Amino acid sequence: MANAAEFLQEDLTDGGQILRLSGSFTIALIGDVDGRLRALSANVQKIDLSAVEHMDTVGAWLVHRTAKESGAKIVGAGKDASRLLQAVSGADQTDIPPRPHPPSFERFLAEVGHSVIISFTTLLQFLGFVGQVVKASFILAMNPGRFRWHAVVQHFDMVGVRALGIIGLMSFLIGIVIAQQGAVQLRQFGAEVFTINLIGRLTFRELGILMTAIMVAGRSGSAFAAQIGTMKITEEIDAMRTIGVVPAEALVVPRVIAAVMMMPLLGVYASLMAIIGGGILCWVVLEIPPATFVQRLREVTPMTDFWIGMIKAPVFGAIIAMAGCFQGMQVHGNAEQVGLKTTAAVVQAIFLVIVLDAFFAIFFSEIGWN
Amino acid sequence: MDQPNIISVQGLCNSFGEQVIHQDLNLEVRRGEILGVVGGSGTGKSVLMRSIIGLQEPVAGKIRVFDEGMIRKEEDEATDVRRRWGVLFQGGALFSTLTVAENVQVPLREFYPDFSKALLDEIAHYKIYLSGLPADAAHKFPSELSGGMRKRAGLARALAIDPELLFLDEPTAGLDPIGAANFDNLTRDLKETLGLTVFLITHDLDTLYAICDRVAVIADKKVIAVGAIEELLAIDHPWINEYFGGPRGRAARRGHDRHNNPQPQLHQPGRS
Repeated sequence: MANAAEFLQEDLTDGGQILRLSGSFTIALIGDVDGRLRALSANVQKIDLSAVEHMDTVGAWLVHRTAKESGAKIVGAGKDASRLLQAVSGADQTDIPPRPHPPSFERFLAEVGHSVIISFTTLLQFLGFVGQVVKASFILAMNPGRFRWHAVVQHFDMVGVRALGIIGLMSFLIGIVIAQQGAVQLRQFGAEVFTINLIGRLTFRELGILMTAIMVAGRSGSAFAAQIGTMKITEEIDAMRTIGVVPAEALVVPRVIAAVMMMPLLGVYASLMAIIGGGILCWVVLEIPPATFVQRLREVTPMTDFWIGMIKAPVFGAIIAMAGCFQGMQVHGNAEQVGLKTTAAVVQAIFLVIVLDAFFAIFFSEIGWN
Repeated sequence: MDQPNIISVQGLCNSFGEQVIHQDLNLEVRRGEILGVVGGSGTGKSVLMRSIIGLQEPVAGKIRVFDEGMIRKEEDEATDVRRRWGVLFQGGALFSTLTVAENVQVPLREFYPDFSKALLDEIAHYKIYLSGLPADAAHKFPSELSGGMRKRAGLARALAIDPELLFLDEPTAGLDPIGAANFDNLTRDLKETLGLTVFLITHDLDTLYAICDRVAVIADKKVIAVGAIEELLAIDHPWINEYFGGPRGRAARRGHDRHNNPQPQLHQPGRS
């Protein structure tokens, strides 16, 4: 195998030193020669390459740099070595602009300012996006022939049908948890029977819809953002525009409609699964038979609870779909953006859903739907 | 030690499900040559390259690179071979979250973790310049570069560890004729300066005429011919005839001849 790169310093008769290089000046065998050449402080007059076995561009670069810094002459270079030296010295640029690197305080201020600007422009863009979607919906309502039924049905399948398994299981388990916690706490007052009130009212009014919304945001909101974001990167959306297809009509409206239609259905299904879970726990732990459970449930759960859920669900669905599609449309540049915007879509959707849920809770209490 | 063939592929078979891509394909790449690989779309040129560099597990066959078997190699066993080659993918395949200079430094850091930051920066800068990019491209991100610049940045990364073997997948596709010709010259210069062996997949007839020492033709699921273009022209195969004898093939040939044998009367001194 070839020898590692090495060099010796020798004094010249007329003052100064000569560096005698030997071994392989190649990337794999360069070892610590770079650091030692850099640390060299002697007055080097000549660099002798006659004992160098092999050289590649990295070796040539080291020789070139050392020669340039010390003003030394290169002697004994073979044909290949001279060609390499010529190549790297041709590629040497003395004026490489350093990467801009402002002080940290300045950077901090710049980042704060930047994020404020981003927040406001995003808000404006989101409003503009909602406007586009509303406009597209009206245009589609006027020209039903342009409506993409096929896409809507496909999204029904993706948002609704394929979510049944996971949402059902999750709601069933949440029903069990509510019933179990309720039973333990209420038993202290001898009021276990109120567990049924807890299950009935909580699931229909709040948790059934809210948990479904979170699940749909995680499953479908993220998928919307990723799908549209990828289409943006592959220029599919630009292609659509040039063909005369409006992306808001073709991509956003079907997804929003699918989410708006599926959310109430999923919400009812989730509430029922939670009640089944709670009912089973009541039966097993509190020994309340199913018939009594159902009868009691019908007495204590007002119909308004059901309607509250049904009013909230489509609103949440619209928010999730819009946030997903909007973030997807915001993707620019590279693949990393798709991931970032998908995360942003889910976070934004869940945040907005919870904020709105709080408003709804106060609103419905105020109008007397307790 | 110094075997004449850098790559040798024997009896390679590749298939995706029912679809057979390669059937008993043989190919040898000699040290120090530029081998052009041509073939119609979908004949498995890229699949051949992916098989050689170990990204695609073939159904059967033997592949040796630098006299080492490449089939069913574990990731860590292949490192020694990997540090001796560079690959330029079709789209450049630059890491989109890193700047061009950082992209070039990735293989250096990976294979030579002892190199100092200063040396890494120096190497990255001259490699970028050697690849024909302006100096200020070093701190740009791939999304800020044009298609041609991205290819050059990809080439800079492929050349980062001073490989002996370079794989180029359609390097001139999507470049304008001037850029493509420059890239051809760059490839040839690098081959001559650095003593590279180049495995070059291309559709570009001008590239074939300009820089390839030998050309391998893939058709009917195997390499049907390998040789200098003159030798290939003598072979009577419908695809080869159509490829080199079609309007574009003839044009590239004329351009090549004109370039090499300029009209003599222009250079003759006056006779009177």
